[in-house]
Amino acid sequence: MLATRLMPCLLMSNGALVKTVRFKNPVYVGDPVNAVRIFNQKEVDELVLLDIEATTHNRGIDFETLEKVVSECFMPICYGGGVNTVEDMRRLFNLGVEKISLGAAAFENPDLIRQASAEFGNQAIVVTLDVKKGLLGGHSVRTHQGKKDTRIDAVQAALDMEKLGAGEILLNSIDRDGTWSGFNLKLIREVTSAIGVPVIACGGAGSLQDVRLAVSEGGASAVAIGSMAVFQGKDLGVLIKFPKRMDQEAAFA
Amino acid sequence: MDVSLSREKWFAESAIGAAGIANLSDWSVKLITVVDYGAGNIGSVLNMIRKVGGQAEASSKPDKLRSAKKVLLPGVGSFDNAMVKLEQLELVQPLRDCAALGVPLFGICLGMQLLAQSSEEGALPGLALIPGRVRRFSFNTGQSALKIPHMGWNQVSACNRHPLAEGLETGSRFYFVHSYHYECEDHADELFKTHYGYDFVSGVQRGNVMGVQFHPEKSHRFGMRLFKNFIGL
Repeated sequence: MLATRLMPCLLMSNGALVKTVRFKNPVYVGDPVNAVRIFNQKEVDELVLLDIEATTHNRGIDFETLEKVVSECFMPICYGGGVNTVEDMRRLFNLGVEKISLGAAAFENPDLIRQASAEFGNQAIVVTLDVKKGLLGGHSVRTHQGKKDTRIDAVQAALDMEKLGAGEILLNSIDRDGTWSGFNLKLIREVTSAIGVPVIACGGAGSLQDVRLAVSEGGASAVAIGSMAVFQGKDLGVLIKFPKRMDQEAAFA
Repeated sequence: MDVSLSREKWFAESAIGAAGIANLSDWSVKLITVVDYGAGNIGSVLNMIRKVGGQAEASSKPDKLRSAKKVLLPGVGSFDNAMVKLEQLELVQPLRDCAALGVPLFGICLGMQLLAQSSEEGALPGLALIPGRVRRFSFNTGQSALKIPHMGWNQVSACNRHPLAEGLETGSRFYFVHSYHYECEDHADELFKTHYGYDFVSGVQRGNVMGVQFHPEKSHRFGMRLFKNFIGL
C-alpha cells in the first residue's frame, strides 16, 4: 500500500538551518548538510528545503550549499527559494533535486509554472501557498516571508495554480508556523476538497496526533513538520529527530 | 617504449602493466555509463552510484555507449519526448546493440518504460527490448480516491529470482512517481510487483536487460542495495 508521506520541512537562511515562529524570529538550528545526513539515517520519506531569504534579500539560489546537501540526500528533495527561471530549474534538477517549489515567482510570473510543468512534468512542480488569516476572516496568500499580501484567497490560488500546471500544493499556515498548536484543519479541508492534485499540509504540527488529523480530517495527501523535526519539544533545545516508522504507520493506520 | 612492441607484449613484459590491466578491467566493469539525453535528473543517479562504491560517467555519445560495460538509462518526462531525444542523439541503435551484446542495461522509471514496444502515453515505438506495452493507471469508480500520479513510497516484492533483486525479496520500500506502468507479454519477464489499486509490474528483466519503475537513487537503504546489486552483476 502507498504510505502517507511525512516529511521534514527545513528552512535555510544564509547557508544555515533556522526555524521561525509565525514566519518571524529565525533561530539557528544547525548545518543543513549535517541535518540531511541525519534524516537520511532516519530514512525519512522526503524532504522539503526552503531558502527563506533567497527572494526577500535578493540573494538568489545558494547552489554551493545545495550541491553539498543534495549529494548527501538519498531521498526525494523539494527545494524552494529564489527560483525565477526555467534555467534555474534545469540547474537544480541536474544537481539532483526532484521537485521545485515556487512561491513569489508563481504569482509574479504564472507562465513559469506552465513552462516548467510542460518541460519537467507537473510531478516536479510544487507551488507553496503561505497563507494568513485576514482581519475579516478568510485566508489570503502571502509572499516574501509573509510580508507581501497577494490578496488572493487560498482556495482560489490553489485552483489557479493547479490549472497552470502545479503538480502539488504545499499549504503553509503562517498563523500556525512554529506554534505546535495543531494544523488549521478547516483551511486544509477547504483546499483539498477544491483541487485534485496532492496537498502537503504544513504549519502547526505539534504531535503525531496532529499529523494524523491533517490527513484524516483535512484530507491532506502528505504532511510536513518543521519544529517537530528540529526541536526536542515546544520551548526546548535543538534536536534533529523524526518519528519512528512504526509510530508513523500507527498514526496513519 | 619501443613502438614496434605490441601493446599486449609490452603489458605482458611489464609487471606494472600487468597490474594495470587487472586494475583497468576491474575499474571498467564497475564503470557505469549513464545515458545523459536531457530527459532525467542524472545528478541523483551519479550521486548514488558513487555512494555505493561504483564509478559512473554521464555520456550522450553513441561511441561511449558502444564501448560501455554497463549502461544505465534514467528518465523522467514523457515517452515520446524521450524517444525523440534518443533518436536525435543517435542513441537508439547503440542501446539496442548493448542489449544484443549482453551488456547489462538498466532502465529507471521512464527509462524502464522505454524498454517496451509502445506506450499509451505516446505514439512512437519504444526500444522493444522486453516485450510489453506501457499503460496508464486506470481504476474502478470505487477507487476514484486514488490519485494519479502514483507518488510516494510503496512496497515492492520480487516475483522472480535474480541477482538484481537479492536482499529485496520482501518488504522493501521504494519511492515512486509515475502515471503509467509496464505490462509484460510474458510473465517470466516480471521481476518486481507493487500494489496501487491493483498489482502492477514495478520491475522487469529479460537476460541482461532490466528496469525498475521506482527511483532507487532516491530510496535510501533499499536503493543502495539495488545499485550494489547492479554493480555486482
